[in-house]
Amino acid sequence: MTEILRLENVSKSFGGNHAVNDVSFSLEEGEIIGLIGPNGAGKTTLVNLITGVHPLTSGKVIFAGEDVSKQQAFQAARRGLARTFQIVQPFPNMTVLENVAAGALFGGGTGSVQDALESAHQELKFVGLDAVADTPASALALPNRKRLELAKSLAMRPKFLLLDEVNAGLNASEIDGALDLIRKIAARGVTILIIEHLMKVVLSISQRILVLHHGELIAQGDPRTVIEDPQVVEAYLGSKFAARVKAESHHV
Amino acid sequence: MKQFLYFGVFALWVAMIAATPLLADNYTIRIAISIAMFSGMAVSWNFIGGFTGYPSFSTAAFFGLGCYAGAIAQRNGIPLVMAWLLATLFVAVFAAMLGAIILRLKGHYFAIGSIAIVDLTRLITSSWGSLTGGGDGLNVPLLQGSPQEVSALVLYVMLAILIVAFLTSIYVDRSRLGFGLKCISQNEEAADMVGVNTTSFKVVAYTLSAVFCGAIGAVYASWVGYIDPTDSFSILLTLKVPVMVLLGGAGTLLGPVLGAGVFVMLEEVFWANFLEWNRAILGGIIVFLIFFLPNGLLKIQYRTLFGMLMQKLREAPKEAEKSS
Repeated sequence: MTEILRLENVSKSFGGNHAVNDVSFSLEEGEIIGLIGPNGAGKTTLVNLITGVHPLTSGKVIFAGEDVSKQQAFQAARRGLARTFQIVQPFPNMTVLENVAAGALFGGGTGSVQDALESAHQELKFVGLDAVADTPASALALPNRKRLELAKSLAMRPKFLLLDEVNAGLNASEIDGALDLIRKIAARGVTILIIEHLMKVVLSISQRILVLHHGELIAQGDPRTVIEDPQVVEAYLGSKFAARVKAESHHV
Repeated sequence: MKQFLYFGVFALWVAMIAATPLLADNYTIRIAISIAMFSGMAVSWNFIGGFTGYPSFSTAAFFGLGCYAGAIAQRNGIPLVMAWLLATLFVAVFAAMLGAIILRLKGHYFAIGSIAIVDLTRLITSSWGSLTGGGDGLNVPLLQGSPQEVSALVLYVMLAILIVAFLTSIYVDRSRLGFGLKCISQNEEAADMVGVNTTSFKVVAYTLSAVFCGAIGAVYASWVGYIDPTDSFSILLTLKVPVMVLLGGAGTLLGPVLGAGVFVMLEEVFWANFLEWNRAILGGIIVFLIFFLPNGLLKIQYRTLFGMLMQKLREAPKEAEKSS
């Protein structure tokens, strides 16, 4: 397996506040990685650092062998570093199809508007939104807006996809649908980093988990090891939950 | 289909304006020139204000700089057409450089910043007496020919600029650039995230909004033969052009042309009949627009409106019967 993303001592401060502090890790191509941590741990900031939304205070981000620490957001998108937002960000008055076509046209580097619309159609089929292709994005309900976000990022032909709480606000059956979709995306060979609060979801889908706390990476490794890590239990899971998950996993 | 309709309506309108020197008196030709001139500027403004959604009020700065650049070039012996082209180029470069700075501002801040540019350019022009003649203004070499010939020439040049601007707007609307600009106007952060180079797209839109105004300014200066800072960098002009576009329909292709035509003719009527009140009436139009026509004349649901009207008319006799 080849390395796709490496962070070397990445830090970000806002004034005196160290939102992300000396974080280093390396991800392999094709992995699904969970990123967990309490609220305010710096998860979204970390995503913003990787995708060029915020400049780094110090450290290095290396993507596919290239130092991209100084990239801007639009350059990240063109390199194949796509993301979804915790709060969905559609182009409200454009149709669902046009929304996705924007991803194909600019991030995916399709030549013409026509080609972009065509490839957008394919992605809409893939996420199951082709029935609403011509409705304005603002008319969609939340689960479909989340799917739209996914379709938009997929149209960018990403090598690496960062999903910031794609399941927040969805009910149990909607989450199952979303997870199927994420697995299907991974099967296309896209490396996925998923931020998620629902531990069940993280455990079921991730091959590896990173845990952030106060901006520091306090644990990483395969899911079973991580949830037994005393530091993680202390900082995030709580001892009760850890015990329950452990018990459940013994039953399986 | 829709494209042909756009072309057809536009071509017909341009042909009507172009026919005025053959059919009408000098007063009508003046109005025709006014319409062509403002339509050109409205189509320009649409690039930044309509497609991109950035409320720019710099129109008068571009127009004024075009006036002065053209005039100064001619006074230094550069032939007429070359001087016009030079002025256009100068304004384009100015806008591109300025855009890279000012487009970091958003929303109201951008609006205020862009209006400040008008005042700034006016102040520089009136202070730099050695080059611009300061407050005394500048005489511009007059165009050769009889008054009729001159106004016909000006009209056709203005129309040519309008046509180029209009074709550019059709091209932009269909292209990758236009798509990106629409993304920016809807959600700039998301546009950035899907890979739109928002800064350079905005600079291009801002430059497009300037370049035709520069050309129009230069031609205008040659037409009137005398320019001064208050006339060239007029705050009223900078407000009128966006109002015209909003009146017609911002972000649409025909909206700016329609809005400019309607506005100039309305203004002419008010100016002729209510000399003291025309500014107040302009204010009234703006207020009316904001409250009742936020999307412009082109976006009104005429069918629904017509249906409602017909319904009312059909019900009216019944109502009368009831009450009697």
